[in-house]
Amino acid sequence: MKQQRGFGKRAVAVLAALAAVAVTGCSSNAGEGETISIVGFAVPEAANKAIGDEFKKTDAGEGVQFRTSYGASGDQSRAVVSGLKADYVHFSVASDVTRLVDEGLVDPSWDQGENKGVVSSSIVVFGVREGNPKNIQTWEDLIKPGVEIVTPNPASSGAARWNALAAWGSVITAGGTEAEAAEYLEKFFANVVSLPNSGRDATTGFLGGTGDVLMAYENEAILAAQNGQGFEYIIPETTLLIENPGAVLKDAPELAQQWLDFVLSDAGQKQFALKGFRPIRDDVDFGGEVPGAADPKNPFPAVTNLLTVEKDFVSWSDLSKKFFDEQDGIVTQAIAKSGKAQ
Amino acid sequence: MAEVIEEVAPAFAEDGADQDVPSRSRAVRSGPRKGPVTYLLRLVVTAYLFLLVAWPVSFVVTHTFEDGLTGIRLLFEDPDTVSALRLTVVVAVVAVVINTIFGVGVSLLLVRYEFPGKRLLSALIDLPLSVSPVVVGLALVLVYGGRDGWVGPTLEANGLQIIFATPGLVLATAFVALPLVIREVVPVLKEIGTDQEQAARSLGANGRQTFWRITLPAIKWAVVYGVVLSLARSLGEFGAVKVVSGNVLGETRTATLVVEEKYLNFDQQGAYATAFLLAMVSVACIVVVALIRPRSDR
Amino acid sequence: MSTSTITSDRPAVSRRPILSTNLNLSSGIGLGIAMIWFSLLVLIPLCAVVITASEGGWSNFVTTVTNPQTAHAIRLTVFTAVAVTVVNVFMGTLIAWVLVRDRFWGRGFLEVLIDIPFALPTIVAGLVLLSLYGIDSPLGFDVANQPSSVFLAYLFVTLPFVVRMVQPVLEELEHDVEEAAFSLGASRFTTFRRIILPSLAPAITAGAALSFARGVSEYGSLVLLSGNLPYRTEVTSVRILGSIENDNAAGAASVAVVLLAISLAVIVVLDIIQRRVARRG
Repeated sequence: MKQQRGFGKRAVAVLAALAAVAVTGCSSNAGEGETISIVGFAVPEAANKAIGDEFKKTDAGEGVQFRTSYGASGDQSRAVVSGLKADYVHFSVASDVTRLVDEGLVDPSWDQGENKGVVSSSIVVFGVREGNPKNIQTWEDLIKPGVEIVTPNPASSGAARWNALAAWGSVITAGGTEAEAAEYLEKFFANVVSLPNSGRDATTGFLGGTGDVLMAYENEAILAAQNGQGFEYIIPETTLLIENPGAVLKDAPELAQQWLDFVLSDAGQKQFALKGFRPIRDDVDFGGEVPGAADPKNPFPAVTNLLTVEKDFVSWSDLSKKFFDEQDGIVTQAIAKSGKAQ
Repeated sequence: MAEVIEEVAPAFAEDGADQDVPSRSRAVRSGPRKGPVTYLLRLVVTAYLFLLVAWPVSFVVTHTFEDGLTGIRLLFEDPDTVSALRLTVVVAVVAVVINTIFGVGVSLLLVRYEFPGKRLLSALIDLPLSVSPVVVGLALVLVYGGRDGWVGPTLEANGLQIIFATPGLVLATAFVALPLVIREVVPVLKEIGTDQEQAARSLGANGRQTFWRITLPAIKWAVVYGVVLSLARSLGEFGAVKVVSGNVLGETRTATLVVEEKYLNFDQQGAYATAFLLAMVSVACIVVVALIRPRSDR
Repeated sequence: MSTSTITSDRPAVSRRPILSTNLNLSSGIGLGIAMIWFSLLVLIPLCAVVITASEGGWSNFVTTVTNPQTAHAIRLTVFTAVAVTVVNVFMGTLIAWVLVRDRFWGRGFLEVLIDIPFALPTIVAGLVLLSLYGIDSPLGFDVANQPSSVFLAYLFVTLPFVVRMVQPVLEELEHDVEEAAFSLGASRFTTFRRIILPSLAPAITAGAALSFARGVSEYGSLVLLSGNLPYRTEVTSVRILGSIENDNAAGAASVAVVLLAISLAVIVVLDIIQRRVARRG
């Protein structure tokens, strides 16, 4: 009868399946020599690799191997919380490191150092069509009727929140009240025609023809240009300093701290500059020319009115709740209102 | 006894199974001539597939080969990408094998047997496909995650890491493709009925012989279609794999994650080239299936 | 009527009496093993999601799910998936019919096209759909950032389901009953409706269920094309992502559970429909 077939075959099959799954799970040991596990957000991958190559040339870094993982900042942070092995993390926003602090993976004093935990930085810029036909120069220009904005979605991407904050900050710093700033945000999002999930998707959409202006990051614009997918960008008079945090985890080997020190040194910062990030100190010598920048010979022009989270928003944890709370956040509500109005 | 079964079995199993058999059925079926309806149907189908699939996908081809073979060559020159491709194939094959065995077994159980909860099981089988990839990853991490999962920490303490290692990739891939083989095989099993199997049993065949000689050949093409669909789905899965893999270069980065990473780094041609390779494997499977179909009648 | 004579004398299609037996020991063990695997892989993880959804309490669940933006996203997702499934039922059966019953040059090429939407990573699917049906569309057919983009993306990724379900069954169908019907004067359409369709019903509904299920969970390919605009083109997966980003696992799980419940309901409904159609034939 069907007994034979049922039992023997299936049992063997399931055992084989489980064995197959288990065998694939046997973790292969990393080779001899120290390994540093880096978990980072996607954009600095090339820069980190370059810094890594330089680090290997130093005494501290001789024979080091890197185990790297790159992806969207929030996803990477959550992965580390779930158990992804990491010695050093480099994320897009401070909240992604705070998440690790809350889980006990990173020491709470990670941002008390001289650099305040910041490893690389950039600024919010406007990507525009060639020749800037709508002459978009300021934040006020963005809310004019008929201007189509493309911005990554602050609701579903932590790294996208810089844009909304910069928009808010531009009103406050010009003397506006919070009510006026909230009103500005509503008009801003009313002009938004696309809310993709990441800066990269927003760039793709923009390059594909959507919108008149792209809320972009200077370093992504430069990286895009270096890879042949560039676009013209304007640096507005008032904009927000984007600060990417880097931290060493509690259980990491001493080598990871030496790596962080190297990243913060002139040698490390130079590599960041060459890939489009603004070095965290003004005196870093990177040769003065960065291909892909709007003006390669003056890649990081000074910003007239540079806002920072510390100066203008108190702290990231404060602003997370105030602006981005899922139900009551100011930005969340502005987005919802703009959708309902359509 | 065995010889008798061997002689009888093919006759039963192959009855009506081969489309390409130029039997008398075909000749008689010249009843409906190739009228305008036939051509209209062909046109509609071709236009639909062209606009929906062929044309968009042709962009993948044009972007991949923009600089001739450079795009593909660069892929194979990068050891990280090659190991990612290899990992993808391993994971996809293991997941497909698991799903095929599970699928054929469950299909037989669902169609040929009665047991309490059968209807519920049948409804639940389709569920994995409707789970958003984000949630698949979340669900697996909740149970098998190494830090806070239900059983994850215990397993890891004993040396078996699931999430952020290859078994997790296999689980996520098997999850999303689970119903495919079953849904292919069940309708065909229902369609062919049991008299062939009953006849074989009445002639003395035992369970195993009935299965291998009668049932399996009859459902062969359903299983093949299920395998091809599962393989294609397994190769192309991205969202769920992304959450459980951790995307560690050289260890748990699969081909679809390579596509995302290249895309994020503005290496659009590399992204297209990798996607092209993935699609090609599926195409290769279909071509192989088409080639091994019997052409002539027995 | 001649056709009804046929159907009463002999089952219209080869639905021979299916002998279902009760479980014996070994198939019982087989079922047990299958259930263990199914639980480990699917049921337990999904239970974990349900439990996470309930962590915030019932009121939290209701608040999350009735949030107007989320509710709209769920409606958009479900209705679009239903519409796409209906289209797939027709086109899928049609495509399977042409691929199985017709012979023409280029048929093999069409065969190959069917499974490609599956194998293509969803980002790339999104990229190419954007190239063809976005602002720079060579066809002048621009659906970018509009609700119809969701429809298009779903249509793309769910293409293979009904086709591949119906194909093997069509290939197994015996022709003699059809031919008898023809020779007795039944029109092509009547033959299809009375004889072939009931036999295809299980396969079509299986394909429809999968098509709905797959459509509802789709995300990657429509991100670029749809723009994620709240109340217009934002789908459920994006809302779930938003909750996850805010470390609101309970909220994310709640929305996921709602979608799962809807999918289960649709699967059950399709199953009931399939039994009706199959029985009537």
